[in-house]
Order: sequence, then structure tokens, then C-alpha cells
Amino acid sequence: MSALKIKKGATSHSAYNLRPTFSDVEERHTLAVLVENEPGVLARVIGLFSGRGYNIESLTVAEVDHTGHLSRITIVTLGTPQVIEQIKAQLGRIVSVHEVHDLTVEGPSVERELAMFKVTGQGDKRVEALRLADIFRANVVDSTLESFVFEITGAPDKIDAFADLMRPLGLAEVARTGVAALPRGD
Amino acid sequence: MVVQALIDQGVDTVFGYPGGAVLPIYDEIFQQNSIKHILVRHEQGAVHAAEGYARATGKPGVCLVTSGPGATNAVTGLTDALMDSIPIVVLTGQVPTFMIGSDAFQEADTVGITRPCTKHNWLVKETDKLSGVIHEAFHVATAGRPGPVLIDIPKDVQFATGTYETLKPSTSHYQPQVKGDMEAITELVAAIETAKRPIFYTGGGVINSGPGASQLLRELVDATGFPITSTLMGLGSYPASGKHWMGMLGMHGLYEANMAMHDCDLMINIGARFDDRITGRIDAFSPKSKKAHIDIDPSSINKVIKADIPIVGDVGHVLEDILKVWKSRGRKTNQSALAQWWSKIEEWKSVDCLKFTQTGKTIKPQHALARLEALTKDHDRYICTEVGQHQMWAAQYLNFEDPNRWMTSGGLGTMGYGFPASIGVQMGHPEALVINVAGEASWLMNMQELGTAMQFNLPVKQFILNNERLGMVRQWQELLHGERYSHSWSESLPDFVKLAEAFGAKGIICSDPDDLDDAIMEMINHDGPVLFDCLVEKHENCFPMIPSGKAHNEMLLGEADTQGVIDAKGSVLV
Ligand SMILES: Cc1ncc(C[n+]2csc(CCOP(=O)(O)OP(=O)(O)O)c2C)c(N)n1
Ligand SMILES: [Mg+2]
Repeated sequence: MSALKIKKGATSHSAYNLRPTFSDVEERHTLAVLVENEPGVLARVIGLFSGRGYNIESLTVAEVDHTGHLSRITIVTLGTPQVIEQIKAQLGRIVSVHEVHDLTVEGPSVERELAMFKVTGQGDKRVEALRLADIFRANVVDSTLESFVFEITGAPDKIDAFADLMRPLGLAEVARTGVAALPRGD
Repeated sequence: MVVQALIDQGVDTVFGYPGGAVLPIYDEIFQQNSIKHILVRHEQGAVHAAEGYARATGKPGVCLVTSGPGATNAVTGLTDALMDSIPIVVLTGQVPTFMIGSDAFQEADTVGITRPCTKHNWLVKETDKLSGVIHEAFHVATAGRPGPVLIDIPKDVQFATGTYETLKPSTSHYQPQVKGDMEAITELVAAIETAKRPIFYTGGGVINSGPGASQLLRELVDATGFPITSTLMGLGSYPASGKHWMGMLGMHGLYEANMAMHDCDLMINIGARFDDRITGRIDAFSPKSKKAHIDIDPSSINKVIKADIPIVGDVGHVLEDILKVWKSRGRKTNQSALAQWWSKIEEWKSVDCLKFTQTGKTIKPQHALARLEALTKDHDRYICTEVGQHQMWAAQYLNFEDPNRWMTSGGLGTMGYGFPASIGVQMGHPEALVINVAGEASWLMNMQELGTAMQFNLPVKQFILNNERLGMVRQWQELLHGERYSHSWSESLPDFVKLAEAFGAKGIICSDPDDLDDAIMEMINHDGPVLFDCLVEKHENCFPMIPSGKAHNEMLLGEADTQGVIDAKGSVLV
């Protein structure tokens, strides 16, 4: 009946690429999510992000209120304004979620991350690593004749900058906690 | 303890299937008479039956299944209920707590598997918490946007005795907002007062909000005189015989409804979610309108279409406030513009997009449904469907006057939904005429439930539009894939009359249009389950149709329109 022929390869794109968005500009937002501290709650939050195709740049979680059974999850995510709004609404729908705060829009906030860097080397490089660590206020928490472990806290871009400097000096291993954040003032 | 909690929740019917991990609960069920247990033939059937029961009665449906395979068989039903916001409570057995994680016999990570397909779920490891969790589960399933919940109960927790928590008003932190923001409501009323080309676009949310919401909707529609259309899920909230009814909208919706959606200047979305079956191409969706969106779930708002007037709240509460404010401001509408708008709509209506001619000796599926409608409309009637062309024809050719009388799988599109759902509906309404409009392929997916219908004397009528094709798949292959009908034949079909008889049910076959009325009457008058094999035109297409990736005003009305309609971009869409 219909003579329509689809060219081979014409259907290789995902349908989801065709979906228009309100604004194409992606923004980075830090969300603080207060959740019931119960088994599986982290899986619910992570499952939401993977199931709906949202980004997670970093995620930290720990109990913050023992008597109230509340944990705080701090998520740094990337998305268009519409996607960010969806993420917040979808998080709010999870029955175990008590509160969702977008620290990026709710006024000024402070963000900190802790990281550990193992740097191996000898001679000048070793001296230079130690000197830079001092400038960045990183502490030496372990040392051998051929390595240091530095501990550093700060905003994520400070840690990125430190990592960039350590790389040519023998950076061997990195561990980062992800961002914890609080609003400023009261 | 479990049975006591269910009784306290007002449960009268449980759909289930036993197994090792739920034996203690089945033992409790054996020793009481307050709750009726319907033994299904497959756990998927139990969940769909509970969905049908919930939709037709407005009460949550309840299922009880065993661990492992019992729980995994329930997954399709749970997903279906999540997509269509149906409140059901599923209890699953689990291996004893001390064996969890050991790959024990019939162990599955049930809460893990069902986390994305439930509104919420619980694994209860202490007997003392069991009754409290069951009460909370009913609260979560029904509060806010309804949905399925699951409680996984290890066998040792079922055996142990614990303290029973009686039913108290919920202290849960989960209390969704039901009242809409008055400022937004006033803004909407102001828009109602001046709109030139308004339209109500309603969805399943109206039905979920309860019969009161449908009542308020009727009042608002009739008082303003605005046209109204509805999604598949919302049929019946406004009566099909109502003066302002335009019929269903969407991919297979009516011409007038889709054209009016495209051209309107004020769209009032009440409890619908701008699903892709409704919007068609998003950037061409109703380009000239101001859009108000009323929904109890904040995540529905701005998910797909940007709302100019977003109102988060329960449809019933919000409609009540809209009416109050609109009346207090003097019941104003733009009468002259409305009259013009209606004359435009009458023009679209005169296209008569559902017309068909029954000629020759083969029954057209549309004709079969038109006759079914004529012969059953005066009955206390409930309609279920399977998924496919027959489902769309049922939505087009059957008329729904009241809410809760139309049970269909909308969001997930689950073949095999309708038959078990009809069993659930009949349990909720034992005296009513319950009909499942089915395709032969869908019906076979849960045909084992004929045993259930027989065992419990449930006189459900299975009206199969048998085109010996996976009709909807075939239609897409015709339009999109150069008529290469890859595996869309229903081969090796059973003799449905003999199949019915094998279960002790009645079978009827009909292929001649002249015999159709008598055969339908025979089906209605038979006191017991009937399998009606209605042999219909095999290559009939379902129109109107908005092809994927097209706008509302690019609708196909019939075969003549189908030449080269779906471009490569549209063909990747489902
Ligand atoms: C469980 C499931 N599998 C596959 C599909 C895809 N599908 C949609 S409609 C359809 C054909 C249905 O055939 P039938 O029940 O005979 O109905 P008809 O379209 O012929 O009226 C199929 C295979 C589905 N919706 N559900
Ligand atoms: Mg068929």
C-alpha cells in the first residue's frame, strides 16, 4: 500500500536526541538531599540518576542526625535548567526523601572536598612537590624515602589545580571524597 | 498479623499464588473468612487483576505472591501500575532473614529488582515493624499520585509473633500537597474569563482523584461551555454524551480534538502528563496557546511541555477552588469568541473522522465495536482492553459515561493486561457486565486465567477481535517498513471455541456480519465466562493516526493519506 522505503542507516540515531530542550546551556548545581537513613535509600537516589539518564559529577553521603535517622546526600550534577528542575522534582518524589535543596540557587554556600595524593619520586621533583604542597596548605600524612601522601581540603577547583601541578612531579594515586556543602550564614 | 492488618485496612479481596516462602500467611488465610483469596494462574495475572479491581472500585488492590519466581513474575504488573498510577499493595514472601544473600532456594533480591518499578518498597526484617509497615504501605500507595508498593516479608518474620500496631491516622512524613496555590488558580480563572479558543485536556488524574473530581469537572465544563477532550486514561471523567465532549485526543485520537488542541489559545491540562502519544512533535505542539497544568506530582510539571500556569495539587481540590473563584468573580467567559470557536470545531467534526462502511461478508472491527456498544450501552458495564489496534478502536467506538469504567494499559501498553484485569473488575462488581475487548495475540499472553474465571464463577466476557495479526505491529510495518511484515502474523492460533470448552467455558465464533448481533446477545445472556472469537478484516488500519514525529495538524485520516508519510526522523520514534 504505502511505497515508503526507509534508507539504510537512517534510523541509527536515538529518538531521545530529537527531544528539544528549553535551554541548551548546561549548568552545574550542588544539591543537598536529606533522606531517611534506611537500607536501600542510596540505591533509590543513584537508580533515579542512572534510570533517567542524569549526570552525577560527585556524590557524598553520611548520617548527619542519628536520633532523627537522617542522612545527607550531597550531589553535584550537570544539566540544562529544565533537567535540573526535573532532577529536583524527581528526588522530591522519592518517599524516603525529606528535603531537597539546590545550594547553587538558594544563596551563597561553601563547598569543600578532601583529597589524598600519593606522589613518588626523588631529588628535585620531591623537593618541588613538598614546596607546592606547602603553598596549597596540604599536609603530609605519610612519607617514605621515595614517596609522600598529601592530604588536602578545599573547593574542588583548588584540588584540581593541585592535581595538575603534582602530575609531572610523579603523581601515582589519587583518592577524593567528593563535595560536601553547606549554605553560608544562617 | 498480616491478615489482621489487611482486614483493618478494609481489604476484602486478595489476588495471589502460594509458594514456600508465603506458607505462614496462607495458613492464616485458611483460618479466616473476612478476606476472599482469588487463586490466579500466574503472578502477572494477580497484579493485573489487582489493578483492574483498584481502577474499577477506587480502592487499592492487594496481591500476595511467593519469593523468587513469584516476585519476578509480578514485575510487569508493578511497572504497569507505576506508569498508570494505580494503587496496589503487593506482599511477597522472602527467604528467612538469616539466609538472605546466600543464593538460597527461590531467593531473589526482590526489593532491588522492584525498586525502579514501585512507588516505594520495604524489606521487613523485624516482626514488630510488620503491621506498621503494612499500614504505611497503604498510605503511600494511595496518597498523592497513587502507585504500586511492595512489602517483602522473610519467612521467619512471618512465623514469629510480634506486637500488632493498630491502624492510626498516618504520622508518615510523606504527605503530598493537595491544595493548589490560590494565586495560580486566580491567574487561571482570569485566563478562563478572556480565552477565545479554550480547551480542557483531561487525563487519568481526574479519575484517580475520585468520583467527586469528575463531578466538579462536569460542572466546570458545562458552566463555562468550553470544549473538552481526554487522554486514553481519562475516558469517562466527562460523559461521552455530554454536550462539550470532543472525543479522545492523541496519536489515534479524533480529528476535532487534535485540531482544537493545535489551534487553541488556552489549554487547561487537568491530571494529564503531556505523554508523547498526546503531544506528537513537541516543537509543533499547540504553538499558540497559554498552557495551564494541574497535577499532584510536581515532577510532571515542565517535564515535557513548559507550563505557563503550573498548579500543583489534587485535581478535586483545585477544581473546587477554580469554581469558587470563577463564580465569585461573576462567571465570566468570552461568549462571542467561544461561539466562533465552536463553529470552527463543528467544521472539524463534520469531517466525521471515525466513519466507516460495513460492506461485504467480512466484519469490520469498527463495526463489531459499534454493535457491541449499541447492544451493551444500557447495561451496568465495565470495559477492559488488551493492547493493539483493538484497544484504540475500543477507545474510539465505545462511549464512556462515568469514571472507573474503562480499564486499559496506557503508559506501559502491556499485552496480556486486559483478561486478568477483567477478573479483578468482576470481583469488585460481581453483578456487572464486564467485557474485555481483546486482540487474539494479546489475549493468548494471559489465557491461563480462564481457569481462574471458571473456578470463581466470574462471568467475564472476552470479546476477541481476531485479525490473525499482531495488528498494530503490522500497521506500523505497512506504514514504516515497506510492507515487510516481519513476524506480525498470529500463526498456529488455537480454535478458541474448543479452547473455551476445554476449560468448561462457553465459546462463540462469529464471522458473518449478519450473525453478529445475535452472537453478541448470546454472549451477554450467558451466565458464565465467554470466549467470543470475532473474525474480522485482517488488514484494517486504525485511523486517525498522527505518525510519530508529526504535529497534531498533520494527521492521517485514511488509507489515501498514507503515501510516504513517515520520514526517517519519525521512524526512530516508537
Ligand atoms: C507484552 C508486549 N509485547 C509486545 C508488545 C508490542 N505490541 C504492541 S501491539 C502488538 C500487537 C497486538 O496484537 P493483537 O493483540 O492481536 O491486537 P491487534 O493489534 O491485532 O488488535 C504488539 C506485539 C506489547 N505492547 N506488549
Ligand atoms: Mg490481532
